[in-house]
Amino acid sequence: MSATTTKVLEGSEQGFATTRLDALLGWARKYSLFNYPFVTACCGMEFMAVSSPRYDFARFGAEAPRFSPRQSDLLWVVGTISQRQAPILKRIYEQMMEPRWVMAFGTCASCGGFYDNYTTVPGIDKIIPCDVYVPGCPPRPEAVFDGLLLIQDKIASGVRKPSVVKPRQDPATDLVKINTQKSEKKKRAE
Amino acid sequence: MSKLVLEKLMGKLGDKVVETHSALGDDTAVIAPEAWHAAAKFLRDDPGLDFDLFVDLCGVDYPARENGRFEVVVHLYSTTKRHRVRLKARVGDQEGDGAEIDSISDVWVGANWLERETFDMMGIVFRGHPDLRRILMYPEFEGHPLRKDYPANQTQPLIPYRTEEEAGMILEKVAPFGGDEGMAFGRKWFEKGGPQSVGEWHEELGTPRGDSERTAGKNES
Repeated sequence: MSATTTKVLEGSEQGFATTRLDALLGWARKYSLFNYPFVTACCGMEFMAVSSPRYDFARFGAEAPRFSPRQSDLLWVVGTISQRQAPILKRIYEQMMEPRWVMAFGTCASCGGFYDNYTTVPGIDKIIPCDVYVPGCPPRPEAVFDGLLLIQDKIASGVRKPSVVKPRQDPATDLVKINTQKSEKKKRAE
Repeated sequence: MSKLVLEKLMGKLGDKVVETHSALGDDTAVIAPEAWHAAAKFLRDDPGLDFDLFVDLCGVDYPARENGRFEVVVHLYSTTKRHRVRLKARVGDQEGDGAEIDSISDVWVGANWLERETFDMMGIVFRGHPDLRRILMYPEFEGHPLRKDYPANQTQPLIPYRTEEEAGMILEKVAPFGGDEGMAFGRKWFEKGGPQSVGEWHEELGTPRGDSERTAGKNES
């Protein structure tokens, strides 16, 4: 067979497309994530920021929050999980339908953060499988988007290996660089 | 600040007031545990004192003390007279036994949950409390986590953790700093099995067994 061709159909033209079933399912799933926000701590504020109009993760198809685990695909674990909450979280996860994905939102959910003590679970992966870790205390909305896009990639490709959101280039450091370059130029001119 | 509150308290309770000090205007009275309830009632009901606002109740652990290892601390405020006082009572022996004191939740209702918290974290028993259960930790939890002899890295999970075979990945987290950093009674030592007695603990810590903190930096009144 020859290489893949693409052609945009116009007017009354007809045509067809071929794909694999799992690819089609993955494509459909990744743009219709039903969220279950398991919000326990301060990261919840940042979760609200991501879900509200300014950042608006509905743009990525992750619009509908479902407050029943039976209807949701993506479990957002947002905040510190104490030992007391661990059985509840596990139960919520077990109630979710396959296929299901889990995102650890923030440092506490990822590894316990600085709560290295008698009361905190050191990361939700001690209890349930986790697909994407978003570090940050709390993570910036941009980092959450990176996590969401990462999970979409994973859904599309079918890879279940856990992955971590990489740190981004901070625009502020560029700004500092530009400013120092400017001031150096000024000095040289003088 | 006036020392009126402390004077009145001493006039009423006499030698039941073990010691007082008022550093920088913070009036503090250490009360004998048996006079705890009477002192609370007097402070609330005396028209010249009128402590109507119960601010805080907590426990402190001084493991080096031979007697009165735990301190129950109460902060009070009077909204009409605008003065404050801090009450302390020392309970329990060095092994943590006999840490009992009367509940003052019938004097100020707000003390109810704070006494439960102090019981939960420190293991101080409040006699006469209407409902002395754990408030923060789960009922299955053993011991009292804010006691200084509770091992710093001991957890009591309610459900078993996943094994690394089950997860197919490394679950061990690497500590950001060395095992023995931060705390003198730190983790390395507890990995060896922890202290066998409080005395051994003091040897390890190198703290004097006397009541150094009672005399140091004190402004006696």
